[in-house]
Amino acid sequence: MRVAKAWIVAKKELAVLRKTKSVLYSVLAFPLFVAVGLPLVVMAAGGRGPGIPASVLPVLLDSFSFFFIIGTAALPVTIASYSLVGEKVERSLEPLLATPATDSEILLGKGLAAFLPPIVSTYAGSVVFMALMDKFTIAKLGYPYFPNPTIAIILIAIAPLACLLSVESGIVISSLVSDIRSAQQVGGLMILPFAAIYVASEIGLLPLTWLNLLAISGVLLVVDLLLYLVSRATFRRDDILTRWK
Amino acid sequence: MPPFGTAGEPLSEFRGVRDRTVVIDTEHLTKRFGGQAAVEDLSLLVAAGEVFGFLGPNGAGKTTTVRMLAGLISKTSGSARIAGHEVGPEDSALEIRRIVGLLPENVGLYEALSPYQILDFFGQMYDCPDGPRRANIERLLRLFDLWELKDRPVATFSKGMKQKVALARALVHDPKLLFLDEPTANLDPEAAKTVRDCILALKKEGRTIFLTTHNLDEAQRICDRVAILRTRLLTVGAPDQLRASLSGHRTQVRLERTDDTLLHQVRERLSPRRVERSAEGFVVEVEDPDRENPEVVRAIVEAGGRVRSVTEVGPSFEDVYLKLVRG
Ligand SMILES: Nc1ncnc2c1ncn2[C@@H]1O[C@H](COP(=O)(O)OP(=O)(O)OP(=O)(O)O)[C@@H](O)[C@H]1O
Ligand SMILES: [Mg+2]
Repeated sequence: MRVAKAWIVAKKELAVLRKTKSVLYSVLAFPLFVAVGLPLVVMAAGGRGPGIPASVLPVLLDSFSFFFIIGTAALPVTIASYSLVGEKVERSLEPLLATPATDSEILLGKGLAAFLPPIVSTYAGSVVFMALMDKFTIAKLGYPYFPNPTIAIILIAIAPLACLLSVESGIVISSLVSDIRSAQQVGGLMILPFAAIYVASEIGLLPLTWLNLLAISGVLLVVDLLLYLVSRATFRRDDILTRWK
Repeated sequence: MPPFGTAGEPLSEFRGVRDRTVVIDTEHLTKRFGGQAAVEDLSLLVAAGEVFGFLGPNGAGKTTTVRMLAGLISKTSGSARIAGHEVGPEDSALEIRRIVGLLPENVGLYEALSPYQILDFFGQMYDCPDGPRRANIERLLRLFDLWELKDRPVATFSKGMKQKVALARALVHDPKLLFLDEPTANLDPEAAKTVRDCILALKKEGRTIFLTTHNLDEAQRICDRVAILRTRLLTVGAPDQLRASLSGHRTQVRLERTDDTLLHQVRERLSPRRVERSAEGFVVEVEDPDRENPEVVRAIVEAGGRVRSVTEVGPSFEDVYLKLVRG
């Protein structure tokens, strides 16, 4: 496996992505929305009447930290299915497979192109989010709430694992459907488990303690490994040209 | 060109007699989808520098063969070698893909990208160093009259323009062997001629071209040899040689005037040969024109016909093709 080859594929994917406005805008918009929108909500709520009690604030902030993961899980599946279903629609996989690159290199390139933009925008968004929230927490709690171990585990472990899960799902979904709309619809289901965790944490059902977060990471890691095997088996040149619909 | 590599001819004989490098060599190559054979028992030899035509009706297995030989899909059984590399194992497949250029049946271009971006991407995939790659891309885009349009998204191009981009893409790494799957389909006559001239220019440079086409005239004009396939190989040979091997010559006799009585009498005299009326006379099917033509003329004259001219019409390449394919 030559990473340089995969990187050539990834750069091409990113060039196509730049021309696919709808995907490009969602990659840019989601983290911006979270980074600026959530602090605005907190500040607006905190500014009115008695405001948010200092005891509730940490729970709320931890849940909000997890909110990023919903975008991190939603975006890669969209990009991956665009890049694979898109090639199916344009029938451009055949000339690509005719080049001296292995299936793994092509797959890695496509995976990187679906992985990097969402993860970079998640990180960029979270930095803005933490900076804005700290302004608020210093005033309210007397100390800056971020960064802390919770958001560290979320960003360092859960975000990339969720992103990877989403990329792999995109690959598997792409082999099963033949139009981008269906790929998007199936891919949309990706956010459900993460949205469920978010809601559960918000209502106190699943507190986002370290231990819980590490457990979530562990589950993701196992699912990622399994799905890697499935997606690797899906992306075989013989099947792509003769069996993919 | 003398006949060589006819189906069934032993390899050693071919290699021994002609001092030419074999570029494509298949033995009993077979591909099945489910139980259904798409290509069966295909044994072929293609020499370096040949333009080799690959003909056959829709669904004959041409594209399937090209895909197997270019290392895109696996074979079911048999064997094949491309420039000495065994078709099948992954590391030799990489070697094969390095030296092969492919123009697939569907152009398969990235519509959002420009011709330059597409060629640059493929050039990098083929490990072409920066300098030569840029020079080659410019040369190709100029050759196909696309240089002015090099930065426009391919989505805005006509079918023919896209076909040219795809052909340029197949050439970006200077391949020694080219698989062209219907390169002139959808092209206007002038663009088709550009492509044919390009193929001949590539041949001059010593490249080998494996050309799939439905255009018999094109095959006859630019191919050194052709194979006709219908799941199984029906025949291989130089177009002229295939024509010569087919019986069914026709003698065309122009007459001052024709009528049914004359036709009837001529038919009786020339029986069992087929005699048909044409615009200006009769067409008689003969086995051996040199021996039979005098007899044909005498029969017509004796029946009262006044002969203006006699022309010999050999079987056309189309006749050869249709006879084999209808088999
Ligand atoms: N992926 C596939 N699954 C099942 N059958 C297939 C597949 N690909 C091709 N075939 C069958 O194999 C046969 C040969 O197809 P192929 O595309 O090679 O023909 P072709 O000679 O290129 O035809 P055309 O002139 O129409 O391009 C056809 O009967 C086709 O239905
Ligand atoms: Mg075909």
